[in-house]
Formats: sequence, C-alpha cells, structure tokens
Amino acid sequence: MIDVKELLRELREEPYEKISIRAPHSGKVEFVAKEPGVRVVGPSGTWKEVPGTLLVRMERENVKKPLYAPQKGEVMSLGEVGNGQFVQAGQELMTIRHYLTREEVIARILRRSLSLFLAPEKGKYYFFPDVDIKVKTKGSQSVHIEDGMELFILSRMKRETSIRYSGPAGIIYAVYFETNDSVDRDSPLIGVCPEDQLGQIQEVVSRVQSDWEERD
Amino acid sequence: MDIEKRIQELRDRLKYILDIFGPDENTNVIMLEAKLGEYVAREPGLPKQEAVRQLETLEELFRFLEKKLERELTPMNKVRIVRHPQRICLKDILENVYDNYTEIGGQDDYSIDPSMLIARAYITRKRGNKVHNQAVMVIGQEKGHGQEFRNGGSVKPWGNAKALHYMKVAETENIPIHTYIFTPGSYPIEDYPGAAQQIAKNLYEMAGLKVPIVAVISEGGSGGAEAIGLADTRIMMSHGYYSVISPEGAAAIEGRLRGGQRAEPKLIEHCAKQLKMTADDNRAMGFVDWKIGEPELGARPEHYDFFRKLRKSVISSTDEIVLNVRGMRLFRSFALRRHKGADVYVRWSLDSRAKERLLWTRYMKFRRMAQDAYLDKRHWFSRGSEWTSEFISSLYSYFRYDLFGKQHKKVTELAEDMHAEMQVVVGRSTRYWKNVMSKLSFGKAKKDVDKAGLTSLSAWDDGAQNSGKWQYVSSQAKLDRAVVCPNTSVHGCLDQWAPDLFGEWAGVCSFCGHHFPMEYQWYLHNIFDPGSIYEVFSEIESTNPLKFEGFDLKLDEAKRKTGHKCGCMTFEARIEGTSVMVAMFMGAFRGGSVGAAEGEKFMRAMERARKKQLPFLSYVHGTAGIRIQEGVNGVIQMPRCTMAVRRYTEAGGLYLVLYDTNSYAGPVASFLGCSPYQFAVRSANIGFAGPGVIKETTGMDIPPNYHNAYQALSRGHIQGIWDRREIRGNLVQSLQTMGGRNLYYR
Repeated sequence: MIDVKELLRELREEPYEKISIRAPHSGKVEFVAKEPGVRVVGPSGTWKEVPGTLLVRMERENVKKPLYAPQKGEVMSLGEVGNGQFVQAGQELMTIRHYLTREEVIARILRRSLSLFLAPEKGKYYFFPDVDIKVKTKGSQSVHIEDGMELFILSRMKRETSIRYSGPAGIIYAVYFETNDSVDRDSPLIGVCPEDQLGQIQEVVSRVQSDWEERD
Repeated sequence: MDIEKRIQELRDRLKYILDIFGPDENTNVIMLEAKLGEYVAREPGLPKQEAVRQLETLEELFRFLEKKLERELTPMNKVRIVRHPQRICLKDILENVYDNYTEIGGQDDYSIDPSMLIARAYITRKRGNKVHNQAVMVIGQEKGHGQEFRNGGSVKPWGNAKALHYMKVAETENIPIHTYIFTPGSYPIEDYPGAAQQIAKNLYEMAGLKVPIVAVISEGGSGGAEAIGLADTRIMMSHGYYSVISPEGAAAIEGRLRGGQRAEPKLIEHCAKQLKMTADDNRAMGFVDWKIGEPELGARPEHYDFFRKLRKSVISSTDEIVLNVRGMRLFRSFALRRHKGADVYVRWSLDSRAKERLLWTRYMKFRRMAQDAYLDKRHWFSRGSEWTSEFISSLYSYFRYDLFGKQHKKVTELAEDMHAEMQVVVGRSTRYWKNVMSKLSFGKAKKDVDKAGLTSLSAWDDGAQNSGKWQYVSSQAKLDRAVVCPNTSVHGCLDQWAPDLFGEWAGVCSFCGHHFPMEYQWYLHNIFDPGSIYEVFSEIESTNPLKFEGFDLKLDEAKRKTGHKCGCMTFEARIEGTSVMVAMFMGAFRGGSVGAAEGEKFMRAMERARKKQLPFLSYVHGTAGIRIQEGVNGVIQMPRCTMAVRRYTEAGGLYLVLYDTNSYAGPVASFLGCSPYQFAVRSANIGFAGPGVIKETTGMDIPPNYHNAYQALSRGHIQGIWDRREIRGNLVQSLQTMGGRNLYYR
C-alpha cells in the first residue's frame, strides 16, 4: 500500500521535475543557454511542430546540430563542460527544472496509487450491462471489481467480445473512456484503487486542486 | 419624413465613398463629409422649403463630386469597390439580366459549396410574333453581399467540381454557358479533389467544351478565376480587376513578409498599380475582349441600367461566338460587328462541324495571347529555318507513321494473325513429336538449370540502382562534412558523410529513404541516355512585360546565375533509345516560377511533340507558381498551356509529369495537374498554396507534412511515388505501358 500523504509531502518539498540534458553524441559543445536561471519552453504547436528553446549546438564533422528544450522550465545548473569543449555521448550538459502543474501532480499521485487497466485492442468499449447500470445510477466509485470478473464489452467491426478484468481487486476510481468513442490499444480504460484508500486519495486530490501553487 | 429619407440616402452614399477611398486623404471626400455634416446640423432650424432647396443643392454636389471621384479612382480603389458588400453579385445578375432562372443544388448555406452558384436560366427574345426562350447555364461565384458562409466567393475544390459537372450537363444539352467571376481566389485546401487538381481538371475540360462560353469578370483572382474563366469571349466590368494575385499577396511577397505580418498600405497600393490589373490594362493587353462600362463608383444592385447593358453584352457575345463558327451568318455577323448589342436573332445550338470550329477558334484565341511578354531575339532567317525544319519533321512523321505506318501496321497485324492460326495447326503436331522424341531419348540428362540463381537471394540494387555509379556527381558531394537527415528524430537516422550521401547514394538517406534535393543537372545526366540531349527553343527569353519596378535586375541576376534565359528548359532526349520531348522547370531560376516565356516554350514543345509523335515529359524540378511580376501575362499561361496539353493528349500522345522538391500553385493547378500520369520523386511537396497562405486565408492550422508527396498520393492527386535512383527504369516502363495511340515507337 502506498502512503499518499507521504507522496504529497515529497512533492511539496520538491515541486519540480529535474530533466537532465545529455549529449546525444560526441562533439564540440556550444552553449546557447549559458547560465542557470534562463527560462526555456518546450515544443509547441498543434502537432508539437515548433521546437522548444535552443539550448546547445553540438558540432560534429562540420555540422552543427541543435539541441532543444524538451519541457518548459528554467536552467537549473550547467554540467561540468566548458563552452567549446569536446564531449562524449551521454555526458550531462545541463539540468532543467520543470515546475509541476496541478494536473501533473494529480497524474503522478494517481499513477502511483491506482492500478490502470489498459485496452487490450483498439475498439469501442462498454461496461457489462449490470456494471453499466451501477455506474450510471450510483457512480463508478460504487462498483467493486475483482480479478477475472467480466467487466467490458469490446465492440469492433460488427463483433462483440467480453473482456475480463485482471488486476488487483478494488473499486473503479476513474473511467478514462467515453461510450461510443474508439479507444486505441494500450490506452487506459479505468483506474482501480483499493477500497480503503478511496477516501485518502480523494482528499489528497482535492487538496492539490485547491492549494497547489503553480509556478511559471 | 421625405427629407429624412433623402439625408439617409446621402449618408449611405458618403459611407460607400469613405469605404472605397479608405485611408487615402481626398479633399473631395472631406468636403462631402463636411457639407453633409453642416446640413444635418442646420436642417432642424430651417423652414421646409429652404431645407428642400438646400438638400437639392447638396445632392447636386454629391452627383458632381462622385463624377469627379470616378475619374480619380486608383487600382486599389477599384479593388475595394469589387470587394464591397454592396457590389452587385451573381444573384442580382440572375434576377435582373435573365428572364427566369432556377438555382441548382443549393439554397443559401444548404449547398455543397455556397460560394459556387449554378443556375439554369433563360433569356426571352421576341422576333415578330414568335417568342424564343433561349436556355443558358449560368455558373459563377456568389459573394452574397457579405454573407459569411459564402467565404467571399472563395470556392472550395468541390465547388469547382460542381461547376465542372454542370458545364458538362450544358454540353450534353447543347446550350451556352455564361460564367460570372467574382472571386478573390480559390479556397486553398488539399482535401479531395484538391484545390489545384480540380482547377486543372476544370481547365482541361473547358478547353474541349463544345458549347459557347462567355465569361464576365468582376473580381478575377488568379486560379479561382481561371477555374471557370476559360471562355470564348471574356468581358470585363470597368471597375473590376483581373490579376495573378491580390495586391496584399503581392505586397507580402515583394516585402518578403512571413508569418502573418501585414504589409504597409502604401506598398499594397504600389503593387496594385504595378500589377496592371484593371479592365483598361487587361483590355489593352488583350486578355479580355471588351470592357463594359459601369456607373460612377461601381455597379450596385440599384443600377438597373447597368443590368440592361450587361444583358445586351452577354446576349450579343453569345450570338457572335455562335455566328463565327456557323455557316449561315452573313448579315447578322456584319450587323453585330457594326453595333454591339444589335438586335438580331441567333439560335444557340451548334452542329458537330461548328463545334469543331469553335474549339479551334478558342485554341487560337488563347494561343495568340501574351505574345509580347517574352523576347525572341533570333534573326528572321533562323526563325524561318526552324519553321521549315518543323514542317519537314511533321511531313516526315506523317509519311512515316501515318501513311506508311498505318499500312505497315495492317500488314504486321495480318502476319500476326496468320502466324497465330498456323501455330494452332503446327503446334499440336510439334508437341506430339516432342513428346515422342523425349520418350526416345530416355536416360539423357535434362538441361542444366541455374540452381544457384534460383535458390540464392538476388542483389536488390543490381542494375536498377546503377550500383552507385552515376554519370554526374553533385557538387554537394565535394564537401567534407556530415549531413543530418531531417527525419532523425522519427527514424533515428545516423549522420551521413556528404561524399557518400550525395555521391554513391544519390542524395537518398540510407536509413529512412529521405531524398535530399539534388541539382537538375543530376537528372539530366543520369536519367537520359548520355549525349542525347538536344535543346530546342533556347532563344526564348523572359522579360519584364509590366515594367515591374526592380524586376529587370532580379531577372538579369537569375539569368546570370543559371546561364538560362528563362525558367523552363525544353529539349529532346532519349531514354534507352526512345526519343522523348521534355520540358523542365528549374527551381533555381526565380523559384521556378512560370511566366510568358516559360509558357510559350512549353506550348511550342507540346506542339513539336504532337507533330513528331513523341511522348512528353514535364520534369518539375521545382516551381513556386506563376510569376507575379508578369501579372496576367503569367496567369494566362494556365489556360494556354492546358489547352496545348489537351490538344496533344487528344492527338494520342503520352503526357507524363514528374514532380520533384516543391511544386505549388498555378502550374500544378493547370498544365501539370491535368495529366493523368503524375508522379512524384520521394520527399517532394505538392500543393496549391503554402502552409503560411492557408493559415492566413482559412485560419486552419496546417500539419507539418500537409503537402508531402505521400499525402498527395493518399488524396489521389498523384499516381505514384518514385525513388530517385529508379526514375530511369520507371520512365522506361511508363513509356512502354502508358499513353495514347499516336506514339512513334508503338
């Protein structure tokens, strides 16, 4: 069992993610983001087609290759490499500090405390009729599920198959799919948590929702 | 109450004037504004008679100054007039010019494309006691006085497809077509049938449409206008514009603006002037047949006199077209020539011989356009000798392939039949004897079979890939550096050393197959048989027909840099012994843009290929579109070249198109896009408008690979994608398997 409160405390102490930027290949380094504290942004655009901030240019065999910031944040520290120095692949060039947003914190907490049931193949998913009635009348968190229980109906290309749940017993904390929408393979269908942790998780999530301070 | 109404009318007139003259400071406009303001302030205190008298004076002033302003109109003012919501639109014309009409396939926004309006209309003419109802198909863009769902007359590809469908209906029904052009340009999206490809189809079909077509141009914006603009008679409204690009677009290109930056109003105004887009300019250059005068400051729905004038014009134009191609016409055509809108009656249906004449007249009309927009500095003697040699070669091909060839073919076919008949008889007995002989030769070992050849793996790059030995090696291969593939992040391609990549590997990433651009020389030397290239029409030279400011210098620079006189190189060459006519568009010469010289060369090459019965290949090493600095001289190449293509393919040729690097806009939307055999070199981009323009005009976000050749293939725009190293082999295959009946080698 996971101590959710402990997890939250950890997150409070370090409300960011450290991203280590390493040399993808050997070459001469030319820093563009030269000092700690420089703000950077990640890729943007509908298709993430606009690259993020340029961090470093690495020159190898007369070609300068750019290295862009993968996430929004600020440069936390520079590695022990000087400007214009030759480095080997894998050497740390700098660390970026990415401050977690409210959604990211909740996602982290849920990822650690819930067990996810993934879609075994692409198709439309429905709950089994008796589960469906329960979900619709009393909400998903009233449904207790166990390993081996018939839980879903998968409908694809004019055929229907029943899918059995496999995983730890508990209640359905969250439903991640919409009826009538096609779900891709391996995307989560439901998140399950042990019955006794439900209250605790709900409390932590609502606390994050209300008091987490987002930083730019 | 009456006074109130009249004041309101003056207010509306002033507002219209302000809209037209926009930001320009004009003393007349300021005076009108001041006078009206003064009168409105004074009016409540005046006795009624005095108020009416002063109002009449004011109205007189309005009339006087409107006349004066009319004379001061700049091209940009005219652009604002045609874009004004009060400008007449197609619905007004249908109401007022035709006697009755039924709109087809659309009721306001319930339409496949509300910006394209189709109607079956008729015109009633009375001759003595007899009433004639003459049916026409009316096709045109509808702006709908600012109705938003009509997109301001920007037609989507399916709207143009609908127009084409009904043009064909008109052809079946043998009734004339009247098209009305009210478009700032086509709606630039690639979804099937695709903006460019559909315009190309329209042009191709219109080139052979066997009914009279009259086009009336109010706002003729580039490709969108051409989609329904290839007509026997083109009339232009005096306040309209007909241009290769909107002034704003030209200013954005001239000012080298990117990413939604706005051009200065001054630059836009300047470009509008330089593009020579008004009715007078187009009339002078011969792109429209005549201009129809509009009331002061442009026609609006209340100008009924104008509609009457327009009605007369379209009727007499249709009459004239029909009379020109029909037998019995003597007095009527004379009367029409003497007096536009003369009152004669002409039946509008055509018989089959008149139809043929109609097509020929239409072709010649466009063939003669833009002849002053390129240079041909040759001596008359060399022109004459070229003409003679072409004449001789066409005579030769007539005797060789038509006269003798046909007899030869008949004899061969007869021989083939005889041979096949014989085989049936002889074959049976031969088989019998073979059987007997093989049984007699028992024990004798069977023929050796190449077991190793059958069981071991074949080397995939033998032959077809030239084993990495190329006739021409790119200068990019001389640099000692590594090259990063743009697909590294997706496919994890490693860096490649330039001499390997551009030398042996022919510029193809050996990890993901990405094709790096190569110079056109690479293709010249590696696709065609060595030493077989024979350039023709090389003397035709690009020039600056509109005297566009600063363009002479840019043109000289391009000529100096590339060593060519224009962006299109035409030559005869051989591929594995088969002669081919090739037109190559070079990206290095002003972005591969097409102007009058390029179009003329393309047309001549097409004609030469038709006469000599050669297959034709358009190799597009890159084209950015029509050359905007040549204005309509450039845009008119779209219908011209497409007509040449149609004449060539109908004569039984093979027209292949091969796209490389980037091919966009006008050329793709006409003479390239109309080919049934379009192929792309891998990693090419093909489309109508670039991502920036699409974003700007439609507000849609465009994915990075929107114009990629694979996308074009899945949209059905092209017919296949070729690896650069296999172009030669694929061309050989195409020459043997595709195309019509009249190829010399068949």
